[in-house]
Amino acid sequence: MPRLSYRRALTRALADEMTRDESVFLLGEDIRVAAANVTTGLLKKFGPDRVLDTPLSEQAFTSFATGAALAGARPVIEFQIPSLLFLVFEQIVNHAHKFPLMTGGQCAVPVTYLVPGSGSRTGWAGQHSDHPYGLFAHVGVTTVVPATPADAYGLLVSAIRCDDPVVVFAPAGALDARADVTDLAPVPLGRGVVRRPGADVTVVAVGHLVHDALAVAEELAGQVSVEVFDPRTLYPFDWDGLLDSVSRTGRLVVVDDSNRSCGIAGEIIATVVERVPLAAPPRRVTRPDGAVLPFAPALDRAVQPGRDQLTAAIQLTCKDG
Amino acid sequence: MTGPDPVRLYRTVRLIRRFEERAIELVDAGEIVGGIHPYLGQEGVAAGVCAALAAGDLVTGTHRGHGHVLAKGADPARMLAELCGRVTGLNRGRGGSMHAADFGVGVLGANAIVGAAGAILTGAVWARRRRGDDVVGATFFGDGAVNEGMLLEAFNLAALWRVPVLFVCENNGYATTMPVEGAVAGTIAGRAAAFGMPATAVDGQDPEQVRAVTAAAVARMRAGGGPELVEARTYRFDAHHTFEHRVRLDYRPPEEVAAARLRDPVLIQGDRLPAEVRAAVDAEVEATLTAAVDFALAGPAPDPATALDHLYASGLTARTGGG
Repeated sequence: MPRLSYRRALTRALADEMTRDESVFLLGEDIRVAAANVTTGLLKKFGPDRVLDTPLSEQAFTSFATGAALAGARPVIEFQIPSLLFLVFEQIVNHAHKFPLMTGGQCAVPVTYLVPGSGSRTGWAGQHSDHPYGLFAHVGVTTVVPATPADAYGLLVSAIRCDDPVVVFAPAGALDARADVTDLAPVPLGRGVVRRPGADVTVVAVGHLVHDALAVAEELAGQVSVEVFDPRTLYPFDWDGLLDSVSRTGRLVVVDDSNRSCGIAGEIIATVVERVPLAAPPRRVTRPDGAVLPFAPALDRAVQPGRDQLTAAIQLTCKDG
Repeated sequence: MTGPDPVRLYRTVRLIRRFEERAIELVDAGEIVGGIHPYLGQEGVAAGVCAALAAGDLVTGTHRGHGHVLAKGADPARMLAELCGRVTGLNRGRGGSMHAADFGVGVLGANAIVGAAGAILTGAVWARRRRGDDVVGATFFGDGAVNEGMLLEAFNLAALWRVPVLFVCENNGYATTMPVEGAVAGTIAGRAAAFGMPATAVDGQDPEQVRAVTAAAVARMRAGGGPELVEARTYRFDAHHTFEHRVRLDYRPPEEVAAARLRDPVLIQGDRLPAEVRAAVDAEVEATLTAAVDFALAGPAPDPATALDHLYASGLTARTGGG
């Protein structure tokens, strides 16, 4: 069975979509030499007209992509650093996202914003370590956070084919994942998946934390039966899939690598408690409020959601009620 | 001196002038909510630039954008219906004054964020040309936008990749209430020079001159030249926004406004026509706008149940906000 790495899954998705659809092209910083090791080999295969190295002008090239999309192209932008999304938030939210409604349906803006290496990359400190997926879910831009190589492939393919802007967060913590992959296929946007069935508690884990949640579930297997739900897409969220899980388990814990206040974990809990009676108060494990990742490795780790915190939250939730 | 079609040019400036005057009446009557940014006094710029473009060329406008949309060929009746928030409007009542768009005539939208549209238009023109279409673009912005980093980044991208975009600076002397000399270090043309872009200053009150300067730039761009900048020196005859009709802001000396009004693009172009031709155009414009007002006010208001329509081109439906 072929082993596929997460990064090569992204590469394959880009190559397959560029082959399938002439209107797909890539732009970003240092992508011709594949500095992020995602666009590897694509310059040679598709040429400089479809793999554009840009100047360091994130705001302009993000809106350039919006314009190209308005004219029928399907741009994919690679951002080297997750924090660059703060710089181009206005361009994505106030223009790309708003154009279809503001024009009364005259246009579509099919742009994919790919962030290979979101969240903490140990030692990259405060300005290179954010995980702002919740911001895009908040404003209603389709937001995906694949956890596995197969999903990295399938969700990126679906993002490129989507007629709306889509942000693809490829967490740094998942980039080294490898998996046996027999069938590469598009993964529908907005559809979560139960990674591990369980009976006592539903753990919703985002991105690379899916792997932590699976490890914790295995460790706790003798005491508690943990169901791990991977939403894969944060907006639109697979509420039906999650509610189905929580309706069976009656308990909910969310582990989310973003800041606590107004984070996606809060939205997940709020929506579940609006709809499903729970046997115990739900809990969330997140970054702290207002987190800025400190440089020193021990401090960096202290601010990220950890397995110990998740284990404690599961045990507390299962003890309550 | 007159260009190839002085009558058409006159019709455009006259149409914009009377459109804005009728729109202000509708603001006062409460039919247009939120007010407008009147284009009065600047008509020669949009009319001159768009007269030198082909039907398939692309433009983006500004918050003061009615003139750009009309000059590029949008239907005044559907434009006015949009301002009145009706489903019969260009944007089905979803955009209003600051976001009017008509992709069918190459208007990729008025854009209410100062300096934001230049990069969008650059990308659109680039993508169309990549497909083999012989398309150029013109993006309008005010003097206030020349201090927006994103616009300067767009200058760089367009010049670097030789995308044929005409950057049209409508220098009306004020960014809302801030005079140019209080905001712009260096010069507007100097910004173009920094990116190796040719820049031409033109009297924006003379539609023929704007058309001629634009036509020359467009010819160079179609022949393979890169982007250019035109600085059209103009003046806003009325308020920054119609709220100033109720709240007087003291930033322009009345004698300055009065002097500027003497150089009226509608009169300048109108004086080039025989009286009877001009009168016929005026009558035709009046009839067009009377019909436009009737059409706008007759259009149904959108059904609140459709408030989220068109939010997603993919067909995604959003959760509603109720409990």
